[in-house]
Amino acid sequence: MNGFPILTLLTVLPLVGAAIALLSGKHARGVALITALIALAGSLLVWTKLPADGSIGLVERAAWAPSLGIEYHLGVDALGALMLVLSAIVTLMAVDASHRVHHQPGLFYGLILVLEAGLFGSFTALNFFHWFLFWELSLIPAFFLIKLWGGPRRGPAATQFFIYTMAGSVALLISFLAIFLSTGSMDFGTLTAMASSGALGQMVTAHLGNVMPWLAIGVLAGFAVKVPMIPFHTWLPAAYSEAPSPVTMLLAGAMSKMGVYGLLRIALPIFGVQIAAMRTPLLVLAVITVVMGAWAAAAQKDLKRIFAYSSVNHLGYCLLAIFALAIPVAGTAAQNNQAAALNGVILQMFNHGLTAAALFWFVAMIQLRSGGLRGLEDFGGLRKAAPVFAGLMGIAMFSSLGLPGLNSFVSEFLIFRGVFPLSWVAASVSVLGLLITAAVLLTVIQKVFSGPLPEHWAKFPDLHHSERLALAPVIGLMILLGLVPQLILNSVNPTVVNLLAHWRF
Amino acid sequence: MLIQEGAAAAFHPQIAGPASFAVRNLWLVPAVPIVAAGVIALLKQPRRKLSAGLAIGSLGFSMLLAFVAFAHVAAGWASGVAVRETVNFTWIQAGTASVALGWVLDPLSAVMLVMVTFVGLLIFIYSTGYMAHDENFTRFFCFLSLFAGAMLGLVISNSILLLFMCWELVGLTSYLLIGFWYHKPSAAAAAKKAFMTTRVGDVLFLLGMVWLFAQTGTLLFYNNGAGSMEGWALGGLISAHAGLGLTAAGAIGLLIFAGAVGKSGQFPLHVWLPDAMEGPTPVSALIHAATMVAAGVYLVARVYPLMQAGAAANGTTTALIVITWIGSITAVFAALIAIAQNDIKRILAYSTVSQLGYMMAGLGIGGVAVGMFHLITHAFFKSLLFLGAGSVIHGCHEEQDVRHMGGLKAYMPWTFATYAIAMLALCGFPLLFSGFWSKDAILESAKGWEISKGPYYLLVFGAVLTAFYMTRQVSYVFFGKWRGHHPAHESPRVMVLPMAILALFAVLLGLIGTPAWPWFRSFLEGHGAEANLSVFGEPAFLMLLGTSCIVVFLGIGIAWWLYGNRSPAAEEPDALEKAVPLVWAGLRDRLYVDEFYDVTVIAFYRAWARVANWLDRRVWGGIVAGVALAFRGLAHLDRLIDESWVNGGFDKGCEELSTGGGLLARMQTGRVQTYLRLLALAFVVLAAILIWSSRP
Repeated sequence: MNGFPILTLLTVLPLVGAAIALLSGKHARGVALITALIALAGSLLVWTKLPADGSIGLVERAAWAPSLGIEYHLGVDALGALMLVLSAIVTLMAVDASHRVHHQPGLFYGLILVLEAGLFGSFTALNFFHWFLFWELSLIPAFFLIKLWGGPRRGPAATQFFIYTMAGSVALLISFLAIFLSTGSMDFGTLTAMASSGALGQMVTAHLGNVMPWLAIGVLAGFAVKVPMIPFHTWLPAAYSEAPSPVTMLLAGAMSKMGVYGLLRIALPIFGVQIAAMRTPLLVLAVITVVMGAWAAAAQKDLKRIFAYSSVNHLGYCLLAIFALAIPVAGTAAQNNQAAALNGVILQMFNHGLTAAALFWFVAMIQLRSGGLRGLEDFGGLRKAAPVFAGLMGIAMFSSLGLPGLNSFVSEFLIFRGVFPLSWVAASVSVLGLLITAAVLLTVIQKVFSGPLPEHWAKFPDLHHSERLALAPVIGLMILLGLVPQLILNSVNPTVVNLLAHWRF
Repeated sequence: MLIQEGAAAAFHPQIAGPASFAVRNLWLVPAVPIVAAGVIALLKQPRRKLSAGLAIGSLGFSMLLAFVAFAHVAAGWASGVAVRETVNFTWIQAGTASVALGWVLDPLSAVMLVMVTFVGLLIFIYSTGYMAHDENFTRFFCFLSLFAGAMLGLVISNSILLLFMCWELVGLTSYLLIGFWYHKPSAAAAAKKAFMTTRVGDVLFLLGMVWLFAQTGTLLFYNNGAGSMEGWALGGLISAHAGLGLTAAGAIGLLIFAGAVGKSGQFPLHVWLPDAMEGPTPVSALIHAATMVAAGVYLVARVYPLMQAGAAANGTTTALIVITWIGSITAVFAALIAIAQNDIKRILAYSTVSQLGYMMAGLGIGGVAVGMFHLITHAFFKSLLFLGAGSVIHGCHEEQDVRHMGGLKAYMPWTFATYAIAMLALCGFPLLFSGFWSKDAILESAKGWEISKGPYYLLVFGAVLTAFYMTRQVSYVFFGKWRGHHPAHESPRVMVLPMAILALFAVLLGLIGTPAWPWFRSFLEGHGAEANLSVFGEPAFLMLLGTSCIVVFLGIGIAWWLYGNRSPAAEEPDALEKAVPLVWAGLRDRLYVDEFYDVTVIAFYRAWARVANWLDRRVWGGIVAGVALAFRGLAHLDRLIDESWVNGGFDKGCEELSTGGGLLARMQTGRVQTYLRLLALAFVVLAAILIWSSRP
């Protein structure tokens, strides 16, 4: 009835791969690589099959538990499909970066693939129950990956990560229970339509009293932890720095996008009016996330922690744009401001995923070459010993600081283009984040790659062929998307217009 | 897609027709050097001859195209048409608004294209000699080519976004080339400082750009009347108010100008430019004297309609007044510091800052033609000065301190001759040299400025200082006795030849901008130029000539009296230092601007980094720890209840799972099971509530 169930197959694929990987011991890496490659091909196929008008396509529906409002309902628009592609790319990168895992490789690769399935599931689900299952499912492999293969302080890091995210999930869950009790539906599309007609608020108020703002806060809290938004971010530096680097790549590159995605797919469509009412405090928090995230990065001495906080800063731009556009507007010019901001957010999600994953990959390679060192002050002058390494990591870092010609500039430009007319104060303060990030990243280049080369690093190996081969497409993609962003935006813009048309603030 | 330009009243605006060959292929001018840079970067082995050949060949090709473009505009001018042709295209679409890029061929971009490609080519050739022994020769030409491409892209941009992108890319190449000898910590630090200082201006420029885009709905400068520099958009910008008594045009203009302040080393963001001298000298000549630092001036010229929009009866706007004052202050401030420097390149660097101030002031008071004329003449004689300084450094075995030089005119006759010409051009030596004409045009307009006479006096004083510090430098370097250790030698022909060519232009360029035949102005402004020699007899011109003579001879005279042929020992204090030690110390230490930033901006940055970190670890982390503690208490309670009350199969099942599943057993922490149990419990509760609530 739904045609070829490509989204279901795509989600099942990594699970099958995980099962095979678990059983195949030494060959798990090969299995994982093949699975990740097929998944990437599948996600690209999905990207090409999107409906041209930006609406949700590739829909699969089946009754599940109708009396409970639970339905098997899948579908993607450009937002979801882009996240599928990103997840597939980052998973492939993470698998490739894992070749030094000798302890229980079958389990390791299996868990990574389960995580990929969790990501796929949550980016395609259109029913709350279904979505929530995958949202939680992705958490479990992440937890064990940190817990079993992490650094010296992995225990507390994993625990804090898990509990923190769980607490957010509980808040989400409670909010949605209330919604379901009042409306009898857990379908995102149905709820969005109710919210945009105003019926949702009336029904909830009739059933439970004036709780809509609290429900919105609960949902926001769940996503604020995941993105994260300051001050709900304290799990992040520990988790990112203690997780094994391939897992950090997944956490920063793909899982952090689940939070932003949730804001776009669930929070803004269903709680738009409530978010618009809380817009000012939320904008303040977003600006704090942008600025203080960057500033906290400036105080770190550990490369992973630096990039972790820098990640907070970069996703802060997404929050900034999301909250800035949550305001009722009229007229083409104002709608174009919102559209620019939203295009920027979606593109930034992809760009940050790509760049952050690449940066953590480079850190992994540094650690591999230095016997585990990754302190800012541990190196110096490496550019002389490893010029190609320095050059490619330099490109990734300049991508991260938003240099034109590389991917992130386009999304940050669109975000500032959209936010400035919607809230010029927030935009003006947030440019501080651009400055500080640049200072932080240039300091990394200065301390790690410039200056005299110490004797004991004289033999620091440059990238070998296999590493160059693996990195080339990633760096190439950064340049390509910096010059030809329409590769993504041509599909995203119709979705943006479509989304905005259904949202009510 | 041709543009009608209404402002040039004397000339026919161009009538739309098929795009000319020149403008259709204009994009190749930046594209070819960028492709060359990419090819050089991907060369398997460092191939010196091939990479230098690629870089020089590609820029040579660009130069030919630039000449074709220039000829096209000039032909239009000769037949009474103000050429302004554009090619625009949509880059991306956001909502229904298009983010457009494009390029423009008009007199402004044509003049700049010719200058950048021509000076750039000479410096490329010079570099093959100067960098001959560097181990990273190929990388040098890769970066140089990338720079040339980005700079040329900036010049032809018809979209403020494209201009900004190229603007940042030239910043990147500047960063890479300042830090070219990255193993020197000072070079690495200078590169970072340059990038960061200019980025302060750039983020304000970014805000100005997005504001302009939001306000006018377009990023294009010129687009058949719908561009942001054209009537309709400007009208909207004037009528919108931005607070503080500014119109939107004024506020946006000032934000964009902030970008120019950073890039063009204007006070108070000038601090990076002297440090940028850590880069190889050809880089200083090309990027930090002739082209990139002039990009700020070019930017202001490009958005001049915006700066001028809504001008009052006295012909000026707030933005232009600010530009004038910043330029004038910079001109004097930097010239003062230049007096007390001993590094041959630093003297020139401060001189560049000062001259960029003249250009800004010229733009602010006299308009595009006045500022741009000084930009062009300065590009030739200042790059020549840097190439001369490079030749001196080369000949003196990497010595940069002028006190350890002396008497070089005997050892390096060619370098001396060309340097002397450039120096006189910079001083504004009357009548013979291009610098005289371009600087006089600025002074002339400053004299007639209605707002204030302050800039005029500042700029005249700056001219005295210019003559003074250049004479001091030349005395130290070329006159007196040789004070170095190894004998100096003249540079190879491949370095001397470009210098000779530049010297020729340092003289001849004046001919296109004299009051008697102001071709340059009429070309840029789009009206006819008539030769009128009688101007030279007018009292106004003679007055100005007199002032200029007094200024130049005063500066040269005092400096020659103090330093000329004296040949003090290297350790001996400077003549001025003996006279006014306190003033000298202040100037030598660059008037403490860097120190001021250290204790304010840098200290603030560091303090807030610590605050952010402290907040993170103590406050946010502390709250989380507190909550965790509370929950641990609750969990304890829960366990009590659990064990004594529930004590059911759920628990037992979990335990079985944990012993059965090898994985969970290995954890042996107990905690994990608790969380999993919590998760399972949550689902059970969810299911229970759902079932209960959905009962009919």
